[in-house]
Amino acid sequence: MMNTRLYQKRKIVNWIGLVLSMFAMFAGLVVLSWILYVLFKNGLQALTLNILFESTPAPGVDGGGLANAIVGSLLMVLFAVLVSMPIGIFAGVYLVEYSRQNWFARLVYLATDIMISTPSIILGLFVYAIYVAQVKHFSGWAGVLVLSLLATPVILKSTTNMLMLVPGGLREAAFALGASRWKTSFSVTLRVAKAGVVTGVLLALARISGETAPLLFTALNNQFFSLNMNAPLANLPVVIFQFALSPYENWERLAWAGALLITLMVLFINIVARAFFRNRIAT
Amino acid sequence: MNNSRNQILRTAKVLRFQDAVVHIVTFIFASLILLALLAVITMLTWGAQSALSKFGLAFFWYAEWDIINEEHGAFFALLGTVLTSTIALLLAVPMSFGIALFLTETCPTNLRRILGTAIELLAAIPSIIYGMFGLFIFAPWFAEYGQPGLYTVLKYLPIIGSAFGGSTNGIGILTAGLILSFMILPFIAAVMRDVFEVVPPMLRESAYGLGCTQWEVMRYVVLPYTRIGVLGGVVLGLGRALGETMAVTFVIGNANRLPTSVYSPGTSIASTLANEFGEASDLHLSALFALGLLLFFVSLVVILLSKWLISRSVRV
Repeated sequence: MMNTRLYQKRKIVNWIGLVLSMFAMFAGLVVLSWILYVLFKNGLQALTLNILFESTPAPGVDGGGLANAIVGSLLMVLFAVLVSMPIGIFAGVYLVEYSRQNWFARLVYLATDIMISTPSIILGLFVYAIYVAQVKHFSGWAGVLVLSLLATPVILKSTTNMLMLVPGGLREAAFALGASRWKTSFSVTLRVAKAGVVTGVLLALARISGETAPLLFTALNNQFFSLNMNAPLANLPVVIFQFALSPYENWERLAWAGALLITLMVLFINIVARAFFRNRIAT
Repeated sequence: MNNSRNQILRTAKVLRFQDAVVHIVTFIFASLILLALLAVITMLTWGAQSALSKFGLAFFWYAEWDIINEEHGAFFALLGTVLTSTIALLLAVPMSFGIALFLTETCPTNLRRILGTAIELLAAIPSIIYGMFGLFIFAPWFAEYGQPGLYTVLKYLPIIGSAFGGSTNGIGILTAGLILSFMILPFIAAVMRDVFEVVPPMLRESAYGLGCTQWEVMRYVVLPYTRIGVLGGVVLGLGRALGETMAVTFVIGNANRLPTSVYSPGTSIASTLANEFGEASDLHLSALFALGLLLFFVSLVVILLSKWLISRSVRV
């Protein structure tokens, strides 16, 4: 005999729970769509070809573009990846292949996790103290330093995760064939884990492209087009920050265009990284 | 015979030498991370020392931020950080749970990957976008519809009601908390969904076999099984919320004084740093470093807590 009243009550509770969860999903999607819609609407309005060719305008002046900011950002991100990729990958190789998971390795894992979850503004403060305050001027290289500090732990973490997935039998087979340790690590293990490692690098790249706060303390900004890394360098995130909080309409317009550019790039990198990873794993 | 043996010995020596070099080089790279962390802690402390030597440890709860008279205390910034993060978590955690529930139970299978990816992409959007959205779009909307609406509904409640008074100009602690919750929502939802997905199907099936409804399976089987992982995800989201700069700076109002309601402007540690850093010098700069040190230790505690929680779950 079924207790109908109890069963009805359970059915209602279940229904309420499922409806609430669907509402939560819906609300989340509404927020996402709202943000993306607003971003695209305001950004596309301001996105003209001029953006790519003209530098940032003076306050109150019409026209202008974001060329210096785009170039500066690309330079800093590129150098940061060039620095952090070898450090992160080699350190990952050490941790997985060479260290015997001793206290040192555990300490480095802990330090990596701490660095990843430290607010990026703190790292900006750090680079200010050790570099900018010492040389007495802001600099693109300081920006590169702080972005590398942000990217290296991320790359290290994903490299170690990927390397640990490689079956031990593969390494042993290489050893049995007489390969030296380093040759096994690089030509066998790392090659097998290549897809995941590259994905990790791409995701780190996406993350540092959008970082604003640390650049405020390091590269600051430059109103003019410049390729001088040893001086304040224009970059998209700080330009967006300054322009968005200003009272000038032209600057606000450009801020939206810059925001759209950054978002498109970050989304593009993420989608490419995921597709790349999925394809490689499938084979 | 001897010749080939010598050849083998020579090759072995060369290989061993190469291995030693690579071992040392990669070891140096690995220790760079450790050195960087130690350097960060050292430099923060060194930079903060003049402020800390003037105000002592009381700096961390001193409720004053007067740049002209050189009186600095971390209370307002810390309060703002804690309030906005709390609001963000209160909103984001139940919603993330709902989203994760939907993605693992109710959602039709062919939609699952797309919606899951959509949530993950939302997590990748840089925080300055959320800040701009908050300042230009959300704040005006909130000032016109949200804030008065909330006030008319909540003003009858005894204590909470008074917290919702105040001028409704859309910028303030509540707005910052809301924007922050939008930011950490996809992050926590993704973690929860990953954790829910690895629940052994046998566990779920047995519950269904006993006649449980979907909600009961979630509440009495999946959630207890995954609670440590869920808690770890929530703590990680908290860590992100505490350190978030851009999303908060745009909408918190940057007022270094005691907030009288959730609508009043306030400040957080990160936004104080971002706003006042450009023109700070001497004692002011040192006080900012002290704030940075505080934030570093708060996020350090949070990450250690989440690691401890996760280590407990592995043992279980």
